Amino acid sequence: MGRDGYTLARGGGAMMAWLSDNGLLLGLAVLDGLASAASIFMVAVGLNLVFGVLRILNVAHGSLYAIGAYTAASITLFLTSHGLPAWLSFPALVVAAALVGVILGPLIERVLLKRVEKQEPVLQLLVTFALFMILEDVQKLIWGVQPVSNDTPMRLLGTIDVPFGADVIPFTAYQLFVLPGIALFTLVGLAWFMRRTLTGRVIVAVTTDREAATSQGIDSAKITMLTFTFGAMLAALGGALASPMSSMVPGVGASTIVLSFAVVATAGLGQVEGAAIAAVMIGLGRSIAVYLEPELEVVVPYLIMVLVLLVRPQGLFGVTETRRI
Amino acid sequence: MNARLEILAGILGAAVLVLLAYAAPWLRFVLTIALAKGITVLGILLLLRAGQVSFGHAMYVAIAAYSVAFIAPHMREALLLLPLAAVISAAAGLLIGLFVMRYREIFFGMLNLALSMVFYSLLEKLYTVTHGTDGIRLPVPTFLGRELAGASYEWAVFALALVLAACFAVVVRIYLAAPLGQALAGIKTREARLEFMGVPGRFVLLAAYVLSALMAGCGGTIIALTSRHVTPALAYWTASGELVFIAILGGAGSVLGAFLGAVVYELTRVYAAANLADAWQLILGSVLLLVILFAPGGLFGIAQGLLRRRKAA
Repeated sequence: MGRDGYTLARGGGAMMAWLSDNGLLLGLAVLDGLASAASIFMVAVGLNLVFGVLRILNVAHGSLYAIGAYTAASITLFLTSHGLPAWLSFPALVVAAALVGVILGPLIERVLLKRVEKQEPVLQLLVTFALFMILEDVQKLIWGVQPVSNDTPMRLLGTIDVPFGADVIPFTAYQLFVLPGIALFTLVGLAWFMRRTLTGRVIVAVTTDREAATSQGIDSAKITMLTFTFGAMLAALGGALASPMSSMVPGVGASTIVLSFAVVATAGLGQVEGAAIAAVMIGLGRSIAVYLEPELEVVVPYLIMVLVLLVRPQGLFGVTETRRI
Repeated sequence: MNARLEILAGILGAAVLVLLAYAAPWLRFVLTIALAKGITVLGILLLLRAGQVSFGHAMYVAIAAYSVAFIAPHMREALLLLPLAAVISAAAGLLIGLFVMRYREIFFGMLNLALSMVFYSLLEKLYTVTHGTDGIRLPVPTFLGRELAGASYEWAVFALALVLAACFAVVVRIYLAAPLGQALAGIKTREARLEFMGVPGRFVLLAAYVLSALMAGCGGTIIALTSRHVTPALAYWTASGELVFIAILGGAGSVLGAFLGAVVYELTRVYAAANLADAWQLILGSVLLLVILFAPGGLFGIAQGLLRRRKAA
C-alpha cells in the first residue's frame, strides 16, 4: 500500500482503512485474474476447436499445456546458459509451442485418434485418457519432479505501477501486457481466421457437417489433422505463456485439463468468444477467492461451472443439440 | 460362457485367492485391496454398460474411507462401519448423481473428474478437519464386538472382502439381466428410443450410478479397514484412472473380469510400482491403449478366446 492510501485511511477512519486495504487487494486480484484467464483461454479455445472437428474431448490436452511450459523453460535455459541474449526468451515461448504442436499434434492424431475414429465415444475418451496417463509420466521422466521455473521473460520486462484510485499497484509488465495481449490477439485472429479465410471456413464446414463437407470435395482427414495440430499448438502456447508466472510441477496437466474443461463447459462446447468470457469469469473468480478465502481457490471454478450448468445445461452460449432418434 | 461355468470359475477363483492368502501371508493385504478394488470396478462396469465412463469414482471410495475414519473413534464395530460408510457414499452418489445425470459421455466423465478433484483438494486443504496429506490413522476395529489383532484381524477383513465380492458379483449379474440392467445398454445405443418405450433413461442411469457409488463405498470401507490409514490420495485422479484401467483390463463385459483385472493389477503393482514409480502411469496408459486397440475383451476376453479355441480343436 502506498503512502497516499495510508493517509487517506487514517483520515477516513477504520471503515475507510478497510475499504482501502481490501480495495487494493481486490485490484490486485482483478489483475491476477485477467492474467490467468488469458492463459487458460488459450488452452480452452484449443480444446474447443479440436472437439468441434474430431468430436473427441482430448483429455491429454492438459498434458500438451504442461509440455509446452516445460519446453519453453528448457529452451530459455539453453539460451541463457549459452550466453545468448535474454530477449530471445520471448520468441522461445512461441517456438516451444510450435515445436510441441507440430511434433506431437500429427503424431497423436495419426497414430492414435485416427485408429479409433469409428469406435464408440467412450472408447475414444478412454484412448485420450490413456494418452494423458502416458504423457504425465513422460514429463516426469524428462523434466523430473522438482519444480521447474522460467522467469527470464518476466524479469526482463520488470514491473509497472498501475494507478489504482489514490494508490499504485506494482504489477509485472509481462502479466499486464504480454499475456492478455497475446490472448486478445488469438481471440481476434481466430475469429478472423474462421470467418474470412478459406482454411478457416473449411474447418467450420467440417465442424458443422463432416459428411456434407466431404461430399463437397473437402479432404476432411487433412483438415482434422490440421485442426488437431493447431489445437495442440494453442495448448502448448498457453503453457509456454504461463510458464514465467508460476513454476511447473507434476500434476499441472491434470488441473489444467479440468480447469479448461470447466471454461469450455461454462461457455458451451464450440464457442470461441464465449470461451473468452467464461475464462475471464473463472479467472477472476479464482483469483478473488485466493485473496478472500484461499482454501476455496480450487473450488470456485467448478462452483461457477456447476451453477451455470444447473441453469443452462448447454452452457452460457451453447446451443442445444437436436436429439437423434 | 454359460452361467454354470461362470459360477464354477468364480468359486475356483475364490479358492485360489484363499490358498494364495494362506500360502503367503504378505499377499493377504494385497489380495484384500484387490478385492476391494474389484468391488468398486463392478460399479464402473455398470456405467460402462450404459456407454458412460466416470473419471472420478475414486471420490466415492474416499468418501467411504473418510467416513470410516471419522466414525471409527466413536464406534469401532467393523460390521456396522461398513453399512454406515456404504450408505453415506450411496447418499453422496444420489446427490451428485441427480446433477450429473443430465449429462452423457464427455460431460458425464469430465464432471465426475471435476467433482472428484474438488473433493481431493478439500481433503488436502481443510487441514483442521482432515489433517491434510498426513491423513488420519484408524483405531483397530472390532468384529462382532471381539478385539482381533495381527493375522486374525487380517483374515477377518479378507473374509469380509471375499464375501462382499461374491455377493456383489451375484447382485450385479442379476441386475444386468433384470430390466433395469438391460435398459442400460439402451442408453448406449440410443436413449431417445428407450424413452419412446416409456423407460426414463435418467432414472435407469441414476439407479446404476447410486449402486456403483454404494459398491465404491464398500470398496473404500475395506481399503480403510485394511490399511487403517486414509489419505487424500484415495480421491486423486490417478486412483480413478486406476479403476477405469482395471475395468478395461479385466474386460468390460464381465463380472469376473473385474476381479481378474483387479488381482492381476494389484499383484503387478506390488513389484512394478516400487521399481518403476516414475513410469507407473506410463505403463498403465500404454497397456490401456494396447487393450483398447488390440484386445477389446480384456483379460477375460483373452481367456475366453483360449478356452473356445481349445474346445474347437
